[in-house]
Amino acid sequence: MKQQIFKDFKNIDKTIVLLYLILVVVGWLSIYAADYKEVHRGIFDISTNYGKQLIWIFAAFFIGFAMLLIDVKLLQAFAYQIFAISMLVLVAVLFFGTEINASKSWFTFGQFSIQPSEFTKFTAALAIAKYINSNKNRALSFKIRLMPLVFLFIPFALVMLQNDTGTAMVFGALFFMLYREGYISGVLLSFAAAAAFLFILTLLMNEFVIIGILALIAVITAIILRNNKKEVMAVVGLFVLLSVYVYSVDYTFENVLQPHQKNRIEVLVDPNVDPLGAGYNLNQSKIAIGSGGLWGKGFLAGTQTKFDFVPEQSTDFIFCTIGEEWGWAGSAALIIIFVVFLIRIILVAEKQRSAFSRIVGYSTACLLFFHFAVNIGMTIGLVPVIGIPLPFISYGGSSLLAFTIMIFTFLKLDMKKLEML
Amino acid sequence: MSNQFNVNVFDYRKKIIISVFVLTALIFLIQLFHIQLLDHSYKASASSNITRHITKYPARGLIYDRNQNLLVYNDPYYDLMVTPGQVANIDTLEFCELLGIDKETFIRRITSAREFAVHLPSVFEKQLSNEEYAVLKEVLYKYPGFFVQPRTLRRYSKPVAAHIFGYVAEVDSETVRLDPYYRPRDYIGISGLEKSYETVLRGSKGLRIITVDALGRDMGSFKDGRYDVAAKPGTDLYLSLDAELQEYGEKLMQNKRGSIVAIEPSTGEILALVTSPSYDPNLLVGRKRSQNFRSLQRDTLRPLFNRALMAHYPPGSVFKVISGLIGLHEGVVSTNSKYSCPGFYRAGGITVQCRYHPSPVDIYGTIKHSCNTASSIIFRSTIEKPGFSNIQESFNNWRSHVSSFGLGKRFNSDLPYELPGIIATSDYYDNIYGTRGWRALTILSLGIGQGEIGTTPIQLANVAASIANNGYYYTPHIVKAVGSIDNPIEKHSEKNYTSIDSTHFAVMKKAMIQVAEEGTARFSRIPDIQVAGKTGTVQNPHGENHSAYIAYGPADDPQIAVCVIIENAGYGSTWAAPTASLIIEKYLTGEVKRTWHENRILNANFLKPFPEED
Ligand SMILES: [Zn+2]
Repeated sequence: MKQQIFKDFKNIDKTIVLLYLILVVVGWLSIYAADYKEVHRGIFDISTNYGKQLIWIFAAFFIGFAMLLIDVKLLQAFAYQIFAISMLVLVAVLFFGTEINASKSWFTFGQFSIQPSEFTKFTAALAIAKYINSNKNRALSFKIRLMPLVFLFIPFALVMLQNDTGTAMVFGALFFMLYREGYISGVLLSFAAAAAFLFILTLLMNEFVIIGILALIAVITAIILRNNKKEVMAVVGLFVLLSVYVYSVDYTFENVLQPHQKNRIEVLVDPNVDPLGAGYNLNQSKIAIGSGGLWGKGFLAGTQTKFDFVPEQSTDFIFCTIGEEWGWAGSAALIIIFVVFLIRIILVAEKQRSAFSRIVGYSTACLLFFHFAVNIGMTIGLVPVIGIPLPFISYGGSSLLAFTIMIFTFLKLDMKKLEML
Repeated sequence: MSNQFNVNVFDYRKKIIISVFVLTALIFLIQLFHIQLLDHSYKASASSNITRHITKYPARGLIYDRNQNLLVYNDPYYDLMVTPGQVANIDTLEFCELLGIDKETFIRRITSAREFAVHLPSVFEKQLSNEEYAVLKEVLYKYPGFFVQPRTLRRYSKPVAAHIFGYVAEVDSETVRLDPYYRPRDYIGISGLEKSYETVLRGSKGLRIITVDALGRDMGSFKDGRYDVAAKPGTDLYLSLDAELQEYGEKLMQNKRGSIVAIEPSTGEILALVTSPSYDPNLLVGRKRSQNFRSLQRDTLRPLFNRALMAHYPPGSVFKVISGLIGLHEGVVSTNSKYSCPGFYRAGGITVQCRYHPSPVDIYGTIKHSCNTASSIIFRSTIEKPGFSNIQESFNNWRSHVSSFGLGKRFNSDLPYELPGIIATSDYYDNIYGTRGWRALTILSLGIGQGEIGTTPIQLANVAASIANNGYYYTPHIVKAVGSIDNPIEKHSEKNYTSIDSTHFAVMKKAMIQVAEEGTARFSRIPDIQVAGKTGTVQNPHGENHSAYIAYGPADDPQIAVCVIIENAGYGSTWAAPTASLIIEKYLTGEVKRTWHENRILNANFLKPFPEED
C-alpha cells in the first residue's frame, strides 16, 4: 500500500506542482510586502495579513497533500451529492452568514473567515464533469446540453443573492470548458464575445451612432448580396436584432443597473467619473504599477502600495504591489508563469482517457484563467473593477484552499489516469 | 472515421482556448509596457521622486435656523503632519523650541508615527493655534518631512441647542474598517443632527497628489493634477428651529430640570426643543473635547441626557384631555353628562382623591377644574362599555386610541435618540393579575394619567398639536430644507390621523380655552391672545411633583403648540403654565411684556433641594 503511494508520486506532474509552489511563494511575499511595516511583527503574528496567510498556506498544503491520498473515484461517484451539499451551504450562508464588504457570503470563525462560494466553483465543475462523462456516448440532445447550464445557474443565482456579483460571474468561465466538450458551439461563444464587445462600445458611444454604423454596414452588405434575396433578408434580420440589443444594453445600463455597478463600468471608460470611489482604486492602482518602471523599486521598497494609497492592496489589488516592487520585468514574469501553468494544465487534461478527469482539468484551467484575466485586467484598467482575487497571490484563505483542492484533485486524477475511464 | 473527425475538432478547440490565454497575456504585457515604461509620468523611483497624497478636507455643511440665522459654522485650524520616512537632517533642538516641546516628546511622537506608517503622514501636533501656525509657516521649509494640513472645526454662533446639533469627533477604528469612505483621523458626526445627517453634512474629501523630492520638497502636482480631486463642501441644513425662541426657552429653564418643546401644528415643524440642564456646544469641539465630555458625563445633573426626547413622565392631569376625547368618541360621555364630585371618587375599595371645586361638573368642568372623579368615571365607563367580549379587547381598543396620538412609540423622523415612552399592554396586566384578574378599577389611575404610562415632552407637545389640528398631526421634525431654503423636504408632509372623530375636538378645545381663561391656568393669561391648555401635576414618588402643561395658541388659529415639564417644581399651574405662556407670547408677538412673570420664572431654582453628590 505504502509502496503503491510512493510509486504513484513518481507519476505526479512535477511542472504543475513546481509552478503552483512558485505562485504560492510569490503570493505570500507580495502580501508580506503589501502589509509590511517597519516595526516587524514576526511572520506568524496572526494580527497581520501575512501571518494569517501563512496559516492558510500550511492548511492548503495539508489539504492538497490529503487530496493526493484519497480515492478520487469517490469524488466522481459522489459528485452530485457533493454539489447538492455545497448548494445547501450557500443557502445557509444567506441566512446565517456574515456580511463583509456588502456581500453576505462569509462564515466567520474568530480571526478567520471562509467564503463557501469559492468552493462551489469546484463542486459545480465536479457535477458537470460527472454528467458529461455519463453522457459521453450519447447524441447531444437539447436536454442533455441544457443540464450543465442548470448546474451553473443554481450556484450563480445563489451567489448573486449574496450580493457578490464578481464571484457569481466566475461561473461563466466554465463556458470555455463546455465549448471544448462540444456543449456550446463556437459560433455561440463568438456571438457572446461580439455581444460583450458591442456592450462596451455602447457604453463608450451614443447608441444611435452605433446603430447608424450597423445600418451602414448592413446596407453595404445588402447591396453586395443584392442578387440573393434570402441572404439580404438575413442581413436585415441581423441588423434589427443587433439594433435592439444595442438599444436594450443602453436602456439596461441607464435604468436597471445599481449605481455602484454602473459606476464600476463608467470609470473604466473615464476614471475621473468617480475619482474618489471606484475611480480612486483604479487611478491609485495604475499609479502604483506605473511607478514600478522596468525593474521595480525592489522588494519592500514600494511606496504607493503601502498602507492606504491603494485600497485592498493585499486582496483584490495585490498585483499593484508586484507591479510597483518588481516592475515590468517582474509583472511579465508572473504573467508568463501563470499562462504556462494554465497551458500545462490544458495539455495534461488532453492526455486524460477519462472525460471526467479531462473536464476537471479544463474547469480548473478555465476558472483560474477567468480570475487571472479579470483581476489583473482590473488593476491595469482593462476590465471593470470586479472584486475577485488573483489565485494563489491574493490574501485570503478560501480562494487559496479552493484552487489548491482543484489542482491537487486534478493531479491525483492524472496520477491515476490509467485507472480512470 | 468519426473518431478521427472528433480528434481534429477537439484539437482545434484546445488550440482556440490556449490562444485566448496567450492573447490575454499579450494584451496585459502590452498594457503594462505602456503604463510602466512608455508613460513616464507614472515613473518614480524610491530614491528620487515620490508622490505624496494630501487629503483635502471639505468644510462641513452649515446649519441655519428657520429665519436663516447661521447657527453652526466652521473655523479653520491646522495640524502639523509628519512623514517619518522623509525626515532628514533637521535641527531637532531648534524644532522642539519652536513647538515648545522637549526632546523626549519629539522622539516619542516620531516613533509612534513611524510605527503607524513610514511613508504616510501622521499627525505630529494637533490643532495649532493661528499664532503657532503663523510662526511655523515661515520656517517649515527647513524641516523636510513636516507639513501643515488645514482642517476645520465646528463653531456655534449661540451656545444653544447642543443636543439637537450633537457633535463631531474623530472616527473610531471600527467605522474605518466598515466604511471605506473614512480613513483614520477623519471627522464624523457622533450624535444629534451631525450624526443623522452625516452623509449630507460631510461633503466629500478631495485629494491632491504632489511629487516631492528626497527632501520632501513640493515639486508640484503629479501629472498636472490629472488625478487630483477637488473637495466638495458639505451641504447646508435649514432647521425649523427658531433660534431666538430656543435661546429664550433655555434661559427660562435655567436652574431647572425639565424640557420645553414647541411645534408648529400646521407643519409638524419643531420650533424649540429645550432640555435642561444643557451645555454649551462649543465645549465639545477641539483639543479639550474629550476632557469636557468626561466631565459632562460625570455631572450628576446629567446635562448629556436629552429630556425632551428621552425622559418619560406619567402625563398626569394633562392626560385628561385624551381620556375625555376617547370617552366622547366612544359615546360614554356627552356635553349633557354631569358628574357630581364630593372631593373623591370611591368604588370597589379604591379611592381617588380630588379637591374642592364647584360640583356637579360637565365635560367642560371636568377639564377646567381637572376633576379626578369625573375623569375616573369616564375612563371606567369607556373600559366597561358593553359590546366587548372581555377586558383585554376593550382595553386594547382604548390603548389604540391613545397610540393614535403618537404616544408609546417613536416618531422616527430626524430626531436622534428618541425613546418611545410606555403605554402598558393588556399582556402586561395579564402577566401581573392573570387573564381574568383585572378590571377597569384595577387600572383606574390610567384615566388620570398616572400608573403604567410614560410620555416624553415631545409626545405631549404633539398631543397639543393634534388637538389644535382637530385630530391629526404631522410627524414632528426639525430639518426644514436641505441645501437651500427653497428645497424643503417633503418626507413629513403626511397627515397622521388620530382615531378620534374630528367633531369631538371642538368640545375639548372649548374646555381647554376655559382652562386657560378661567380654569387652573388662568393666572398665565396673555393679554390679547387666547390660548387653550391643560395643566398637569405629575405625582413623583421620588420627590416633589413635576409641573406639566400643554397648550396651543392662538386658540382660533393655532400657530404654536407647547409642552413644558419642570421636574420637582410642584403644581402645573404655578410653574409650567406661566413658562409655556411666556414661550407662546415670545413666539407670537416677538417680545415678552409680562416681565413680572418672566423674572419669576428666570429666578426660580428647582435644583437646590438636590445637593450634588460627591
Ligand atoms: Zn372633582
